[in-house]
Amino acid sequence: MVALKTEAKKGRGSGRGVMLMLGRWTLRFGLYLALCVVAVMFGLPFLWAVLTSLKTPAEIFIFPPKWIPSSFQWGNYVEIWRQAPFATFLWNSCQVTFLSIIGQLLSASLVAYGFARFRFPGRDALFLVVLSTMMLPYQITVIPTFLLYKWLGWLDTFKPLIVPAYFGGGAFAVFLFRQFFLTIPKEFDEAARMDGANSLSIFFRILVPLAVPVFTTMGIFSFLWNWNAIFYPLIFLNTTEKFTLALGLRYFQRTVTAGGKATEHLLMAAAMVMTMPCIALFLVMQRYFVRGIVMSGIKG
Amino acid sequence: MTSGAAPSARRRGRIRLSMAQGEAIEGYLYILPWVLGFAIFTLGPMLASFYLSFTNYSMLTPPKFFGLENYKRIFTERLFWKSVWNTVYYASIFVPLNMLASLCCALLLNQKVRGRAFFRAVYFLPSITPVVASVILWIWIFHPDVGLMNYLLGLVGIKPGPGWFASTKWSKPALIIISLWGSAGGGNMLILLAGLQGVPRELHESAEIDGANSWQRFWSITLPLLSPAMFFSLVLGIIGALQMFALAYLATTGYQVPAGGPASSTLFYMVNLYNYAFDYWEMGYGSALAWVFFLAVLILTYIQLRLAKSWVYYEAAAGEMKW
Repeated sequence: MVALKTEAKKGRGSGRGVMLMLGRWTLRFGLYLALCVVAVMFGLPFLWAVLTSLKTPAEIFIFPPKWIPSSFQWGNYVEIWRQAPFATFLWNSCQVTFLSIIGQLLSASLVAYGFARFRFPGRDALFLVVLSTMMLPYQITVIPTFLLYKWLGWLDTFKPLIVPAYFGGGAFAVFLFRQFFLTIPKEFDEAARMDGANSLSIFFRILVPLAVPVFTTMGIFSFLWNWNAIFYPLIFLNTTEKFTLALGLRYFQRTVTAGGKATEHLLMAAAMVMTMPCIALFLVMQRYFVRGIVMSGIKG
Repeated sequence: MTSGAAPSARRRGRIRLSMAQGEAIEGYLYILPWVLGFAIFTLGPMLASFYLSFTNYSMLTPPKFFGLENYKRIFTERLFWKSVWNTVYYASIFVPLNMLASLCCALLLNQKVRGRAFFRAVYFLPSITPVVASVILWIWIFHPDVGLMNYLLGLVGIKPGPGWFASTKWSKPALIIISLWGSAGGGNMLILLAGLQGVPRELHESAEIDGANSWQRFWSITLPLLSPAMFFSLVLGIIGALQMFALAYLATTGYQVPAGGPASSTLFYMVNLYNYAFDYWEMGYGSALAWVFFLAVLILTYIQLRLAKSWVYYEAAAGEMKW
């Protein structure tokens, strides 16, 4: 806007200036048009899903489509809880997600502390191994881990989804925490050590309070991964009572469409219910999202 | 890392040594969870799947050693080649398009405009939508008769629209569109946007004085400085695209079993692996498939690292690595 005004001032009175101003205006207009077109491409599917979720079954298959429902069927959002045990799915997802987040934050930060603050033989080589596991396709380990959990009797329990989070918390999390710990001056630790603090209390009383933003960022990522996860739940869970929300949604999709009746309004409602926590989290925590992703990309 | 302790270590040899040992032991203790996790959930299973890939194992009887049979079978099986073709098709269209689309979005959002936070949020939301939810949403949009997509195509004169998931020709493009929607405005875009905002203004200003137009400036200043970030997301993007699973599996198992329909047109490598391992319970053959995939990814990543030298601007990478 500032650029525009100075341009206008400079151009006052001369024909060339007016042309330049017009050129600027078309450029601006084109820019906003492009921004809006892209926004529509990303946003329209959501809008369409929300509108469909508020329709009556009769309105769904009208063609050409009717955008706005004649009356908003908020009841659809109540109906889905009656048609499938969504309360159970939701509770399962909450348990798995909560326990995994705790495990991942706790173990990844401690491991990162080890890598960032202690000198020991083989440290850098081991950290390279940590980083390289980020590129490892997880499918290469899935068959033996499945057999391992079968042998342990863990299949169809939440343990395969939770317990691994307590063992290192994943390469990405370790990397993120380590990078942050390296930016905290070591003098802070030394000072505490002079006062007789041991390494664990240095971690909890000095590094953790400083790293609250990183814990928040990582907690958000961890929430999304666990909430949205489909591959491991698909393989490790088989009874309906154990399903997480993601699996439950798929189960719902397969059962209601089997009836042959129009159920798209209910499907869209269920999909939106599952998406809502993610959107809410994003809108509230945008700053941490952006910071975390950018931090991970800095690696170059 | 600072190494200020070295001279004093020489002076008070014995005590320092034991302190160093103490530090090392403490360090190992802190990383112990990861070491255990790596051994139990990564290295062990990798070795186990390597062993299993040479056996015939269907979980009913103990694994029987089988020599190279699984590997021989892989390369003669029609479904394997079909899945390789589908995966290469998907990756080679999706990865470049995704890179281009996220770069365009990042360039748009890098302009000084009103409501930038709003636009960024709208672009980003699809990337945090659970894949199960987005599949449900898009199957409805791609409905061949009453779907939104074919309605919009009809408005611009394309009638009748493609059959999308009912057609062997359009099922892959449909998946590419869903993937683009779900990732073009996501993390990749944010990384590029951060890169764009890190391009020093002075470089642009001095180039402008030298008479470079905006396209020249983009091509010879912005793009080289972005290349390390682009390389990083390209490597991970290709690995990710080759692992295509959830989207294809969820979008195609609604009405037919096993996944990968119609007529194997969405049978991607990982869908094929899943079908063999967890539908037919052929754990030996599945493990062989996993190892072939792993080796292919290793080779591909190695080639990319070699090629990177010719187009990635490393000074920028070194500058960014400072912290």
